[in-house]
Amino acid sequence: MASNTHDAGHGAAEAAHGSSGMPQLDFSTYGNQIFWLLVTLVVIYLILSRVALPRIAAILNERQGTITNDLAAAEDLKAKAVEAENAYNKALADARAEAQRIAAETRAEIQAEVDEAIAKADEEISAKAAESEKAIAEIRATALESVKVVATDTASALVTALGGKDDADAVAAAVAKRTEG
Amino acid sequence: MGKLFFYVALALVLVSGLVFAPEHAGLAIHPMDQFTVKPLFGGDHIAWYTPTNVTLWMLFAVVAIIGLLVLGSSNRGIVPSRAQSVAELAYGFIYKMVEDVTGKDAVKFFPYIMTLFMFIVTANFLGLIPMSFTTTSHFAVTAILAMLVFVTVTITGFVLHGAKFLGLFWVSSAPLALRPILAIIELISYFVRPVSHCIRLAGNVMAGHAVLKVFAGFAGALGAGAFLPIFAITAVYALEVLVAFIQAYVFTILTCVYLKDALHPSH
Repeated sequence: MASNTHDAGHGAAEAAHGSSGMPQLDFSTYGNQIFWLLVTLVVIYLILSRVALPRIAAILNERQGTITNDLAAAEDLKAKAVEAENAYNKALADARAEAQRIAAETRAEIQAEVDEAIAKADEEISAKAAESEKAIAEIRATALESVKVVATDTASALVTALGGKDDADAVAAAVAKRTEG
Repeated sequence: MGKLFFYVALALVLVSGLVFAPEHAGLAIHPMDQFTVKPLFGGDHIAWYTPTNVTLWMLFAVVAIIGLLVLGSSNRGIVPSRAQSVAELAYGFIYKMVEDVTGKDAVKFFPYIMTLFMFIVTANFLGLIPMSFTTTSHFAVTAILAMLVFVTVTITGFVLHGAKFLGLFWVSSAPLALRPILAIIELISYFVRPVSHCIRLAGNVMAGHAVLKVFAGFAGALGAGAFLPIFAITAVYALEVLVAFIQAYVFTILTCVYLKDALHPSH
């Protein structure tokens, strides 16, 4: 049987004679091939089912988990960003309102100050005007008095120059009479 | 144009083969020698336990699978390395195939189907290395793979559904008179499945490798004219790379289809 095998193998090498030239149909090697095939398959099966496949499945799951987590985190961050934007907009609106309020307040304050200052100034102005009026009245009174003196003096001088007698009482009486009128 | 050139080259090669073959003693093409099972450590007796080139290349397949799926994924990176992404691709490819073709309840068969796929695809690609030995080109190997699937499917069907599994052969949507005939046809096709399942894989792989060897023989004999066979070898090799993957894919998807019959036998 064994020598047959080899005859067939070498026979194929020397000259093809019929179906024995096909090592696939050499049944004496079948037992050997089947034995080693079964050993190989069992080894591969054990390696795959114990080590390789669970490991690759774990890697794929882990990657899927990572991707899912990352997507969730991205979603979270996006929500946070929207929230922050809303907060920012709200703060902006608040600040604007506050600014407007402060501006209005300030304007009112300034207005009040200005009004007060104007009132004070008016008062001062009227006080000054009253004072001036009084001074003017005084000046006028003084001027009238001066007019009497000058008129008396002038009248006396005229009387003297015309060769009359300088009668002080008469002159004074005449000036008084004139200026009263 | 490329196709035309290919056929012309093919014709020239065949003609030159016919012309030169009888005259040159050197032109002894033995395309089937590459499939010979040899003991690794000399001797001429092949017992069932003898380490042979079958053993060696199956060991390489195991090493390649460990390298890709175990060492490749050892970093457990969230961002995968190259080897890890290939391992993940293989995992996702087969897992999705099992889920889509067979159903969600077939996930418990996933390690088994993954074993079949990884073995066939690595054996096919290792077989494409020049001077290598292709374990999947032997009917002994593919027949066992196919029989494993056949037995698994049959046992699973009977365990899950009992006698109702026989309803697979009783086409209840056909007219009553036709049903016995259809049952016979279904029964025959059921038993032919493992045969076609096994011959499809081994036949494809063997034929491609034999053609490569034939062209290689021509290339050796033609001397200066060898560019034609070499061109043909390149073309056939590219085709074989495709076949290596497609046959593994076909074997696996058929396994899924057959398993679907066992899990959901309704016709």
